Amino acid sequence: MDNQKNVMVFIESRNSKVAEVSLELLSAASRLAQELGSSVEAVALGHNLEEELKALGHYGCQRVYYTDDERLSHFTSVPYAKTITRIIKQYKPGVVLFGATTMGRDVAPRVASALKCGLTADCTDLQIGEHKIKEITYENTLLQIRPAFGGNIVATIVSPESVPSMATVREGVMKMNLPDPDKTVEIIQEPCVIDEDDFLTEILDIVREEKQVNLKAAQIIVSAGMGASDPETIGLAKELAKVLGGELGCSRPVVDSGILDKEHQVGQTGITVRPNLYIACGISGQIQHRAGMSEAKRIIAINKDPQAPIFALAHYGIVGDVKDVLGKMIKAYKTKA
Amino acid sequence: MGLRIIVTVKQVPDTHNVSGDAMKDDGTVNRAVLPTIFNPEDLNALEEALKIKEIAGGTVTCISMGPPNAVEVLKECLYRGADDVILVSDRRFAGADTLATSYALKCAIEKVGEYDLILCGRQAIDGDTAQVGPQIAEKLDINQLTCISKVVAVEDRSITVKRSVEDGYEIVKSRFPALLTITATANEPRPANAKQVMTYKNIGKEMCSSSYDESYIASDACAILNHVKEWNVEAIAADPEQCGLSGSPTKVKKIQSVVLAACESRQVANSDAGVADLIHELIEENIIG
Ligand SMILES: Cc1cc2nc3c(=O)[nH]c(=O)nc-3n(C[C@H](O)[C@H](O)[C@H](O)COP(=O)(O)OP(=O)(O)OC[C@H]3O[C@@H](n4cnc5c(N)ncnc54)[C@H](O)[C@@H]3O)c2cc1C
Repeated sequence: MDNQKNVMVFIESRNSKVAEVSLELLSAASRLAQELGSSVEAVALGHNLEEELKALGHYGCQRVYYTDDERLSHFTSVPYAKTITRIIKQYKPGVVLFGATTMGRDVAPRVASALKCGLTADCTDLQIGEHKIKEITYENTLLQIRPAFGGNIVATIVSPESVPSMATVREGVMKMNLPDPDKTVEIIQEPCVIDEDDFLTEILDIVREEKQVNLKAAQIIVSAGMGASDPETIGLAKELAKVLGGELGCSRPVVDSGILDKEHQVGQTGITVRPNLYIACGISGQIQHRAGMSEAKRIIAINKDPQAPIFALAHYGIVGDVKDVLGKMIKAYKTKA
Repeated sequence: MGLRIIVTVKQVPDTHNVSGDAMKDDGTVNRAVLPTIFNPEDLNALEEALKIKEIAGGTVTCISMGPPNAVEVLKECLYRGADDVILVSDRRFAGADTLATSYALKCAIEKVGEYDLILCGRQAIDGDTAQVGPQIAEKLDINQLTCISKVVAVEDRSITVKRSVEDGYEIVKSRFPALLTITATANEPRPANAKQVMTYKNIGKEMCSSSYDESYIASDACAILNHVKEWNVEAIAADPEQCGLSGSPTKVKKIQSVVLAACESRQVANSDAGVADLIHELIEENIIG
């Protein structure tokens, strides 16, 4: 078997539970491995995770290389990076995928730096294809697709000359397969060969905070962009979300300006949502934003600029001042017959 | 003895203000006309370094890799109280991905010599990758603490910080040396100090000699040349093969402009009746309750 083609997923576990994004990545890895005619593998670290890891099989994982050590029960950079690097060197996968979470974004670049291989952040699509560099054609290369800065531009990134190709993907971007309880995974125990000197981070406290908003699960999202970012309009957007039983989302500059928290951000570097209804208020519709909401079942766009790209995507377009339109919507809903 | 702190800073296009004329006909961005700014979270990293220096004493050295023009952000560092600034600049660094960037910065940091802390912004707004910090830490073989929303305490030979994670936060401690990546919530960056601005401006006037090749560095940039060290590939003893395009494993295969598949779109009149009809329709279809 040609190891070089296997697709490996880093299994993130928090609080002894496998993160949802890891299952989404296994589903994506299954599709890639099928195309490559190879296997789906995983690398997991933690303590007493065996039971939890069995479920990986249901999502298409064939083998998981598992390093169990009490000192790995909580994430720290150097021990995790060294362990993952060692597993990759030993089993030589062709592709390695990480969730673009705080953990994935901490450890993946460290691993890529150690292996001197390419890493593409926040991919919105992954495919298999070929790539030519001068005379050489690289078959079965990972095509890492992500929106590029500005405009309506999507870039396809490849790194065929270094193995493996690595990518991070945000939670919610890849669709999760329906679990198949008949499929099983082989758990391969790996020794923990980390020096005591490598445990450089001392964890003094871990505090869990309930998430204030759950955009991913919301069926209705009212989303505010820079055209709706003044306090009065944000207030109206919030009110509409509330009366409709939905959540408040926003574009990135609204977060960057400190108006709303990051957990409200929709898009390539925020949250990917698929609600029944998405109301884009004063959002221009740049590709990084669309990457996170284009699969909403219905989209209403409110914008004063009739040329705004968001209208090309919307099922219903309302040209006008967003404050004015939101007021009308709230009134219409409250007085619905 | 005080702490030796290194801060990495980047000049980025201002992605928040991409105006109409910055767009080319093919839909790509014309970077040349975009205003450039100090990457926002690098300002937070600088602020944190200055605050730590105020408590513990020491020096703050800022390093930027970029074109000659990037001297602008280093000037901003001096205006805020940095002790030393270094521009890592060479045509051979051009086209670097995050791996090649981290290699060049690692070489520059090694040339600076001893350090206790390296502070980076968590990410740069032109790519949002958050990769360069951890990649430098790996190459220097030192610990890293990422996504820091607060510095809790600076002890004798260690630092305690708050890391924001998905389901809450953690308080973690690392001994020196360590690399930290700082988020926007960590602090409120100070403005440029008017006195420092005057100092460096005045020095500049004396220093600007006509023999200087002004085509290479913008004219007002030479104002502070005596304070900006400029290092090329040889100066940082870097392997040219690992720099710039040749040191970058990731290649852009293609750039595609996305043609929005025009969906069946309906214009709704911006009137009480138009909006009421729309709401009614959505209720009928059970989209909203
Ligand atoms: C690496 C990278 C990652 C990114 N990730 C994301 C991401 O995850 N999510 C995201 O959203 N963006 C992201 N962006 C930013 C993205 O490119 C756009 O800059 C951003 O989505 C624009 O936000 P906006 O539409 O709110 O603001 P703008 O583009 O400024 O648009 C404001 C809109 O409001 C309209 N408007 C103004 N006033 C009114 C009014 N009174 N009534 C009605 N309409 C009005 C205007 O016509 C305009 O269309 C990313 C960018 C980069 C470079």
